[in-house]
Amino acid sequence: MMMKHRSHPLWKAFVVHRISGLALALFLPIHFIVLGLALEGAESLNSALRFSELPFVKAAEVFLVLLLAVHLLGGIRILILELTQLSWDQRALSRSAFGLSVAIAGIFLWSAV
Amino acid sequence: MKTKAKHLQVTIDRFDGESHYQTTHEVPTRDNQTVLDVVTWIQQHDDPTLSYRFACRVGMCGSCAMNINGEPKWSCRTHVNKVVDSGLKLTISPLRNMPILRDLSVDMTQFFDKWTQAVGYFVPTKTKDDPLPAILPDSRDRAKANQSIECINCGICYSACDVVAANDAYLGPAALNRAWTLMNDERDGGSKERLEAVSSDAGCHNCHSQHGCSTYCPNLLAPATSIAGLKRQTLLNVLPWGSRDD
Repeated sequence: MMMKHRSHPLWKAFVVHRISGLALALFLPIHFIVLGLALEGAESLNSALRFSELPFVKAAEVFLVLLLAVHLLGGIRILILELTQLSWDQRALSRSAFGLSVAIAGIFLWSAV
Repeated sequence: MKTKAKHLQVTIDRFDGESHYQTTHEVPTRDNQTVLDVVTWIQQHDDPTLSYRFACRVGMCGSCAMNINGEPKWSCRTHVNKVVDSGLKLTISPLRNMPILRDLSVDMTQFFDKWTQAVGYFVPTKTKDDPLPAILPDSRDRAKANQSIECINCGICYSACDVVAANDAYLGPAALNRAWTLMNDERDGGSKERLEAVSSDAGCHNCHSQHGCSTYCPNLLAPATSIAGLKRQTLLNVLPWGSRDD
């Protein structure tokens, strides 16, 4: 079945928002487990934090920042649409949100290396 | 020397009431040819059993809507040279999200029933003996109603909507757009009943703001914006200090 009706920026913005949300939901339990290690003592937490210094974990963090930024800014775009009467161009807003998210992830990468 | 006429390679999704299949047709190209011209040529010259709908042929009635190369469009207002590439291939299928009656003709009963479910009809507050209310063309509500009033019920937004595809009960962009138009009609008295209808399980809060409706509306309306207005109004309605989206 042809899916050409989905080939417009706002459908892609929906997919990015949905996938980033699901990915963040999967990340959150890991985040809480790591935080919970502090209850077991400094060494448990420090070993987890040392793990986070590994290059591939750092690279994953950049992706995580991208997910957070894209979900936050995409969410703000939807709130502007649904909670205000501002008739801003949604396509331009979604492109701006994505561009700003990439820039934020880029700044995080730049500061990490 | 006479040059050989170019031919379109047209594939049509067919349904005979029992089985789905495809037929292919070679259709000679013409200047300023529309997809409706193509379908009509096929019915008149190649396959008289092909079923499709049309009426006005000029983009006023909306009855010739179909999926053209995977996108919902009015076939009468879609020029072939705008939708085919150098391979001259054209794929035509019926609108999505509605039961197919035969070939390119779909059953729009549920589509129109949903207009009624969304209280997409005018609820008068005055009788014929009362004076007509004076509504200034540039008044705030009239301007808001204006944004979505030109819907001609063609079903393109409904076909483009993936939420309707996923949730058969969802009222859909056309019915909700109509509901929002009436919410902004100063003469209408059905707001309370309408807000209850559109905030039901199948109502406006199902919308994922994918904007397929606004992207494909041939009348350049923005049902997604209308649905956002309904969401806002239903939210204001449950807040103690909010009653009107002003």
